Amino acid sequence: MLKQRPYLIEFLTAAGLILAPFVLPWLGFAPNTVNRILVWGLFGLGFDILFGFTGLLSFGQSAFYGTGGFVAAYLLTRAGFPNVVLALVIGMIAAAAAGYLIGLIALRRTGIYFAMITVAIAEVFFFVEFNPLSDFTGGENGLPGVPTPSFNLGFTTLHFTTGWSLYQFLALCYFIGVVIALRIVRSPVGAVFSAIRDNPLRATAVGHNIHGYKLTAFVIAAAYAGFAGGLLGVLQAFMPPDAFTFDTSGQLVMQTAIGGRGTLFGPLVGAAVWLSLQDFLQAALGLGAAWKLVLGIVFVLLVCFLRRGIIGGLADLYGLLTGQRGTREPDESEPEVVAVASTPHAAVAAAAPALARPRPGGSPSGPILQAKGLTKRYGGLLANSNIDFTVNHGELRGIIGPNGAGKSTFFKMLTCEVHPTSGSIVFEGRDITGMNVTDVCQLGLTKSYQVNQLFAGLTVRENLVIAALSGLRGKFRLDLFRSIESIPGLSERVQQTLELVNLTSRPDTPVSELAYGEKRRLEIGLALATSPSLLLLDEPLAGMSPRERVETVKLLKSISQGRTMIIIDHDMDALFELAERVTVLQEGRVLVEGTPEEIKNNSTVQEAYLGGVHGVLAA
Amino acid sequence: MINWPNFVSQLFNGLALGALLALISSGLTIIYGTLGVLNLAHGAMFMIGGYAGYVTYSYTGSFILAVIAGSLFVMALGVAMERIIIRHFYHRPHEDQLLVTFGLGICFVEIVRLIFTSQSQVVPPPALLQGITSLGFLFYPTYRLAVVGIVAVALGGLFLILYRTRLGMIVRAGIEDSVMVDSLGINVYRVFMIVFGIGAMAAGFAGIINAPVVSLTPGVGDDILVETFVVVVIGGVGSFPGAILGGLIAGEIISVTSMFNPGYAYVMLFAAMTLVLVLRPHGLLGTQGRE
Repeated sequence: MLKQRPYLIEFLTAAGLILAPFVLPWLGFAPNTVNRILVWGLFGLGFDILFGFTGLLSFGQSAFYGTGGFVAAYLLTRAGFPNVVLALVIGMIAAAAAGYLIGLIALRRTGIYFAMITVAIAEVFFFVEFNPLSDFTGGENGLPGVPTPSFNLGFTTLHFTTGWSLYQFLALCYFIGVVIALRIVRSPVGAVFSAIRDNPLRATAVGHNIHGYKLTAFVIAAAYAGFAGGLLGVLQAFMPPDAFTFDTSGQLVMQTAIGGRGTLFGPLVGAAVWLSLQDFLQAALGLGAAWKLVLGIVFVLLVCFLRRGIIGGLADLYGLLTGQRGTREPDESEPEVVAVASTPHAAVAAAAPALARPRPGGSPSGPILQAKGLTKRYGGLLANSNIDFTVNHGELRGIIGPNGAGKSTFFKMLTCEVHPTSGSIVFEGRDITGMNVTDVCQLGLTKSYQVNQLFAGLTVRENLVIAALSGLRGKFRLDLFRSIESIPGLSERVQQTLELVNLTSRPDTPVSELAYGEKRRLEIGLALATSPSLLLLDEPLAGMSPRERVETVKLLKSISQGRTMIIIDHDMDALFELAERVTVLQEGRVLVEGTPEEIKNNSTVQEAYLGGVHGVLAA
Repeated sequence: MINWPNFVSQLFNGLALGALLALISSGLTIIYGTLGVLNLAHGAMFMIGGYAGYVTYSYTGSFILAVIAGSLFVMALGVAMERIIIRHFYHRPHEDQLLVTFGLGICFVEIVRLIFTSQSQVVPPPALLQGITSLGFLFYPTYRLAVVGIVAVALGGLFLILYRTRLGMIVRAGIEDSVMVDSLGINVYRVFMIVFGIGAMAAGFAGIINAPVVSLTPGVGDDILVETFVVVVIGGVGSFPGAILGGLIAGEIISVTSMFNPGYAYVMLFAAMTLVLVLRPHGLLGTQGRE
């Protein structure tokens, strides 16, 4: 959506900002109102990256708005700092530093805890400004006399004072803010942000250090807030203490929700609606203090009925009018299955080894994974007990066992989602016991889930990009300004994965519109795109129709070329067909291990599955 | 002045504030625990309880009637809010629930401001509890002492409802696993409505009980809401005993710090919350359960 034509959005933003002083006066906007909207809009750019893109709702942004504002204002008024822009930048850095420290605490928890902690922290900043630091901040009087910027260009001096003159400076700041925000959103970091919003669990599992990325988003939001806070002082020629109040944070949240989250421009639109409605209700209708009630009601209605705000609503309306969405999905899942059958497997087979992790020294042999004495105890329940398990390079191992045999727990221990009570796991000669999922995935061991864990708000391609990025960039990297397209090998890997899981015909379909079988294949594709050297598949055939099963078995066969895999499934015919060796788990222990033939004819296995009925029938 | 009687009297202040915070927080926490919704309008409920009591008091002159009317009115408001709006949000993301309750809170505050203006209103304590009681070594306002007792009784009542009745058993089961309770053939949504009402009532009751201690303004719930968050984070979200423990801790921290320098009260409170988050991320009495 944001990438069809390069620089289109930047161009439109610049055009809009240049035209605004000529158009807006006709609509009754006072220059001061427009300037305030721009400051709120800039404040909101960072907040939207945090809330709209990363999914972290903070009610404490006032802390950073105030910090940046007061640091800049203090430098300019009390410390005799001459350069306005430099003071603003220092204020921004101070706010970002505060954001880093606060983020370390607040991001220890997610969801509502995060919201509550940010509220509490912002309140502390407010009190600190008022009392212990009142010598520096002026306490409840604030800091008056903040100068406006001027630039000495040698031949002439540019003064930005008030009204439309100051607008030019603010518009420039906003434009730079938009350009930077767009770069961030389109960077690999931005892709991981949206992965965190949609499914933090899977983002971790495909090898991203999400804590680091959340902290990054938090610091970015704090930096934007700090700079905007400084501009507030410049705009009013006075730094007001109420920048620090909870109302500031609340107004930002409401404006963003009104305008539309996850759009970058939502906060600007929201601020425009907010401030113009405020002026209109107070002045034109003479409602006095009741304006806030009207806005509150408008806000509640919007949250109830227009989830994606004004911009989201307009986008949906546009889609509805042009008939782009929602008309063709139902009939597409059927021919899809046929397409699977007719896909030339030669191409798939060629793609399969290409995705495998390059390994120094040719293809190795011997064990890739060794588990010794693996035991997991949940209170009194022994889920796994003393399991010894070895898989060799290039092997395709099957695991079967009745329900409750401990298969999924066993897998979770291998991928380090769950830590064993005792025992050890060695992967490619390295002891991975006690490591976390992210690191293990980075080493080349990952899993496809029994219940789909996809990034539901994104397209098929975006899903695979997120998984592929972890293999190509490592678990954490701050390439904030790099475009995703410029990462070498990424588009090839995504394309290969698409071919491998047979989704080449629908790369740009949102996940929510996929048929169940397609989602299931994408689930495997997510694991594959991290280019694992050992791939675990937890019931890949679960819930599929017989026809889908046949196709998926073919798919699994082609994937297994050049790769080591372990598959859990209840479909024994499929598993016996695929696997070279099969391990049978029962009641948390290894019952037997052998070739499919041996397992089929093993009497203890028959007993485990048929519960002794076999013997009774024979008698 | 920092001296012994002063310190003890601050400890009593802390106890009174802590008891109130405990009551309000337990309302917030049982709603969150059962419904999974964090009610950002909870502070407004506290405030409305005070105003509903104030109106009743101005017409009848009876403090007892004011307490009853304040509690019942807020309970009715809570039930109405749950029926009309909140129930549509059970299946929407947490962020939307936060946004809508936040918006409702603002609406409530502004409606009250529209009717009663921003001027502070006064509800005097009942005649029986006016004046000062001698505790031997210090004199302490009788009503504040009574607040501790009244709130203790209210918390005891809440405890009996939660731990000794069929409804309470369902609520506690719902905190563990509301889907399972639903599949057992119990109408979870009806229970949700009742819980929301009881939780709101706890805030409303605290609001009118607190009204004689501080003057009543439309913004009185805002600060309380923030303090309640800290209480809940310290005690563990969804835990009734945690809310009580957290409330008492927060009350004492605020009061004792205020004796030295009121400006640092929130800083210390926040420091305590940070310490708990670092050492026990799920709160003192919280469990790993809900996120």
